[in-house]
Amino acid sequence: MAVADSHDTHDDHHDLYDHGEFIAHHFDSAEQQFDSGKLGIWLFLVTEILFFSGLFVAYTLYRTNHPEVFEQAHVFLNKYLGGLNTIVLLFSSLTMALGVRSAQLGRNKNCSVYILITMVCATMFLGVKAVEYSHKWDMGILVRSSFDLTYTHPTPTTEIGKSLHISDYLVYLCIVPALLFAGFVVASAISKLINKNMLAKFLMAMAITVSGYFLGVCIGIIFMSATDAETGSSHASVIAEQPLMLLASTQDDHSDGDHDEADHDKADHDKAAGDPSHDGEHSDNEEHFGAHPADGGEASFDDHHPDPSTLDRDIGIFFSIYYCMTGLHAIHIIGGIIALGWLYWRSLLGHWRTDYFGPVDYVGLYWHLVDLIWIYLFPLLYLID
Amino acid sequence: MVDANTRQKLFGTPETNFLNCSKGWKSWAFTLDHKRIGIMYLIGVTVALFLAGIFALVLRSHLFTFDSTMLSDDMYNQMFTLHGAVMVFSFIIPSIPAALGNIVLPMMLGAKDVAFPRMNLASFYLWIIGTGCLLGAILSGKGLDTGWTFYTPYSIDTNTGVIYATFGAFILGFSSIFTGLNFLVTVNTMRAKDQGWFKLPLFVWSLYATAIIQVLATPVLGITLLMLIAEKTLHIGIFDPKYGGDPVLFQHFFWFYSHPAVYIMILPAMGVISELISVYSQKRIFGYSFIAFSSVAIALLGFLVWGHHMFTSGQSLVVTLIFSAITFTVAIPSAVKVFNWLATLYKGSILLNTPMCYALSFIFLFGIGGLTGLFLGALSTDIHLHDTYFVVAHFHFVMVGGTLTALLGGVFHWWPKIWGRMYNDFLGRVGCFLVFSGFNLTFFPQFVMGSRGMPRRYASYDPEFQAFHQLSTVGAFVLGIGILLSFVVLVYAAFRGPRCSSNPFRAASLEWQSSSPPDFHNFIQTPVLTDPYDFESQVYDEELDTYIPREFANPDKVAPRKEPVHH
Amino acid sequence: MSEHNEDLPAFCHPVSTKLLFGVFFGLIGLTILTVATSALGTGLGMPPAFAFPLAMVIATIKAFLVCAFFMHMYWDKSFNVLAFLSSLLFVTLFIGMTMMDTGEYQPTIEAFDRNNLANVDVSE
Ligand code: HEM
Ligand SMILES: [Cu+2]
Repeated sequence: MAVADSHDTHDDHHDLYDHGEFIAHHFDSAEQQFDSGKLGIWLFLVTEILFFSGLFVAYTLYRTNHPEVFEQAHVFLNKYLGGLNTIVLLFSSLTMALGVRSAQLGRNKNCSVYILITMVCATMFLGVKAVEYSHKWDMGILVRSSFDLTYTHPTPTTEIGKSLHISDYLVYLCIVPALLFAGFVVASAISKLINKNMLAKFLMAMAITVSGYFLGVCIGIIFMSATDAETGSSHASVIAEQPLMLLASTQDDHSDGDHDEADHDKADHDKAAGDPSHDGEHSDNEEHFGAHPADGGEASFDDHHPDPSTLDRDIGIFFSIYYCMTGLHAIHIIGGIIALGWLYWRSLLGHWRTDYFGPVDYVGLYWHLVDLIWIYLFPLLYLID
Repeated sequence: MVDANTRQKLFGTPETNFLNCSKGWKSWAFTLDHKRIGIMYLIGVTVALFLAGIFALVLRSHLFTFDSTMLSDDMYNQMFTLHGAVMVFSFIIPSIPAALGNIVLPMMLGAKDVAFPRMNLASFYLWIIGTGCLLGAILSGKGLDTGWTFYTPYSIDTNTGVIYATFGAFILGFSSIFTGLNFLVTVNTMRAKDQGWFKLPLFVWSLYATAIIQVLATPVLGITLLMLIAEKTLHIGIFDPKYGGDPVLFQHFFWFYSHPAVYIMILPAMGVISELISVYSQKRIFGYSFIAFSSVAIALLGFLVWGHHMFTSGQSLVVTLIFSAITFTVAIPSAVKVFNWLATLYKGSILLNTPMCYALSFIFLFGIGGLTGLFLGALSTDIHLHDTYFVVAHFHFVMVGGTLTALLGGVFHWWPKIWGRMYNDFLGRVGCFLVFSGFNLTFFPQFVMGSRGMPRRYASYDPEFQAFHQLSTVGAFVLGIGILLSFVVLVYAAFRGPRCSSNPFRAASLEWQSSSPPDFHNFIQTPVLTDPYDFESQVYDEELDTYIPREFANPDKVAPRKEPVHH
Repeated sequence: MSEHNEDLPAFCHPVSTKLLFGVFFGLIGLTILTVATSALGTGLGMPPAFAFPLAMVIATIKAFLVCAFFMHMYWDKSFNVLAFLSSLLFVTLFIGMTMMDTGEYQPTIEAFDRNNLANVDVSE
């Protein structure tokens, strides 16, 4: 029996890949490595499903115990925007699957194109979500404690908001992507100058990815105004149709009209007076969190009671669940974009071969799972009338 | 048959091994070697154990008299919370799998490493970050006083560092998931050639069952804690009754993870015990497949009983009855294991060295812990016993008497393999005796107190309980000294102990076919596949003073079994 | 339908573009169907109680398509498929048991709400 040379020399940074180009040292074959990765990613998806399960439990319980809430809540949800986003995600799943196929065949260039399209769809999805979120915030539709339909913020106050007629919140939600976009473009140009062409190409692709967000925002706004009248999601029509919830609320003097200035003053006042723990903790777009007279803010147990109408209360809980679910899903989309960016870079480097395409396959599975979850979130949250 | 040179090379004391093949702190901090990561984990959990142990001794000192003023009531609450949270999340859950399992599991499969070495290292760093956040609750000056269970609504109303601590536990959860996922894949795809499922050591089976729980249950803890953080910061109204939420729902969420988690704590311990009992009786384990499947059965049944922690919470009667009934069934696979261990001991040639002493302590203490679980699972008795010292004693018998004992036994068992040096067996056994007697002295009186109505988590108590509390406090210090002594014995052995051979105790699982300490790649050459419980497959080699597989031995010189010497 | 080419390693199963596009258009069709039934459903005489189960059935068909073809489950090792699907069992258990319990004690909470909220003075 021959004894293999003992391994006397190990450098400080032991390289994971020391035999075969892409086979880590502890695997015997490309197949063993692939199978391990594949089982690993499936198990990871299992953990993801159980991670989301908590929110599905919360959803199911509130739905079975308070079916009436769901009938009331649907007026605030624009099923066409939801449907649009479903289609965007499904399309991204298709391009992802095509990307996996290209990688399996070792076609790195095709693969990079498909991955880029997938990323653009992902940011588009987020852009549409931003329109949806900001529209809800405008109407005071927030999580349970800050849920307040009497809150209106329809007139933009920021310069850009005024000129484009878009909500302040939407402007805030565009700041980070705008900075990212500018950063990527500049960085790409610099890389070009110093002759790092591959890097320049990568950074340009990232800039294109981010621009998908703005595409999503535009489409979202168009869709929103086109379907607004029909779904009755504009604030005024809700008031007209659903007096129940509003009458139950306590602030009759606030119930309609354009009072955002007054509201701000009041909110600031409340914050200063009774809400020290919130100072400075929240970003601008959350400035009225916890600051409404009716929500009890941080008040102690007995001297404050939440709204008298359990229905109103439970609609707030519905939206808590809505934000948790869609928010967690959006975080997963962002994570997916980062993973896809890494794949894009490796495609540029031409890493994929018919016997080495695991990473694309694994990220692809993750991406499809994110799509799967949305496939359920869509009917659960948007199609509930 | 191989020649003497090759034997020397394979089983003799190696010149280079995983400990000295590279040097400098970076070679440890960035290592991808499962053995080094395991050792770093072992150091980490030891620090957590000592830290939380000091909290425990402070608590016990405070309780020495019924009207003690050593700690303020608030301080007392913070102490027991941190003790529990650190012990559970930072010590006991990672202890056996991530420390011992990491070192031993790949070797038991004849593999070079776990399937995802980088993820393994990430798990360790997440452990550090998570533990840091948990302790951040103290460093922030706010402390934490919710108990390790973070029950709502109190955890929402208190202004102590709940957010730090829950975030820490959240991170620690991911650390645990990484370990579990890695082990599942490793066992599935990295087994030695022809090593079927029923040729795996039972420790591997138990780690596999544990990993199933880690992967399935821990994400639920993650989302629960995130929702708790959201509840505390944004008031989403899912758990908080003030906003129309349901605090009992929080308990469902919490225990959906945390009951399975108690099996994350005990299953690996049971696996260790299966190895020790068999090796030190030199007898094939009795009922291999029963023990193997009982691990999986416990893992799966463990998901069906979480409501037994909520009998007095307002949980509805129907559900309570169902949970109580299923709770009894969990005792069956646990008992199957105990009977199989006892049957293995029967007529074995028993070597009462340190690991075996711990293994026998385990059987006794876990027996008591498990049986008292049945009293708690029975509705009529639990209504009386819930939230008393009886529960405290129950879970310490299973967690300390069970898991900690098995951890120490396992560490002693594999210590010679890891360091190539032998521990002082006499002092090891003294340590074990102190741990065993100190433990019983601490926790047995708590059963009595609990059944007489002494509630848990109180800073002061009725004078009638003082004598019991004093016994308990004395016991705690004895236990502490026992653990400290074992620690000293181990550390001394690692650096100064006499050199030992590759397989001094004639164990048959694959890790003993490596040199001691093992090579960086674990095995210099692919090990021959042996049945882990067929000790006849190992024969004594005089030149090397060790046991080696028959295939490697010199057939002219196959000696009968030599009694392993006590050092 | 995965085109298995002799040159590819055993674990490499590219799915034909035709199939992928077919699945995609199927998914789009189902999405349109589900929005349409939800928007027009009651108008077309569908009983309201039907709408939700129908939406869930459609979602499940879509999920099946994504799993089977986009995620290659159809060609994957059965152990992987089993591992993935087993998660659903545990989610069901989680939902089932908590739902059973909260459903039981819900009337108590409602009674509490009714009694207490009726007396609350919110006018500050
Ligand atoms: C052998 C079967 C077991 C049964 C039937 C059982 C049963 C129970 C029951 C019914 C309770 C709730 C008591 C109460 O709060 O009123 C309980 C509490 C507890 N058990 Fe067990 N148990 C078993 C094994 C274990 C194991 C192996 C561990 C850990 C290694 C463990 C750890 C705990 C812990 C930590 C608590 C208390 C949690 C708390 O409230 O802080 N148990 N056990
Ligand atoms: Cu339990």
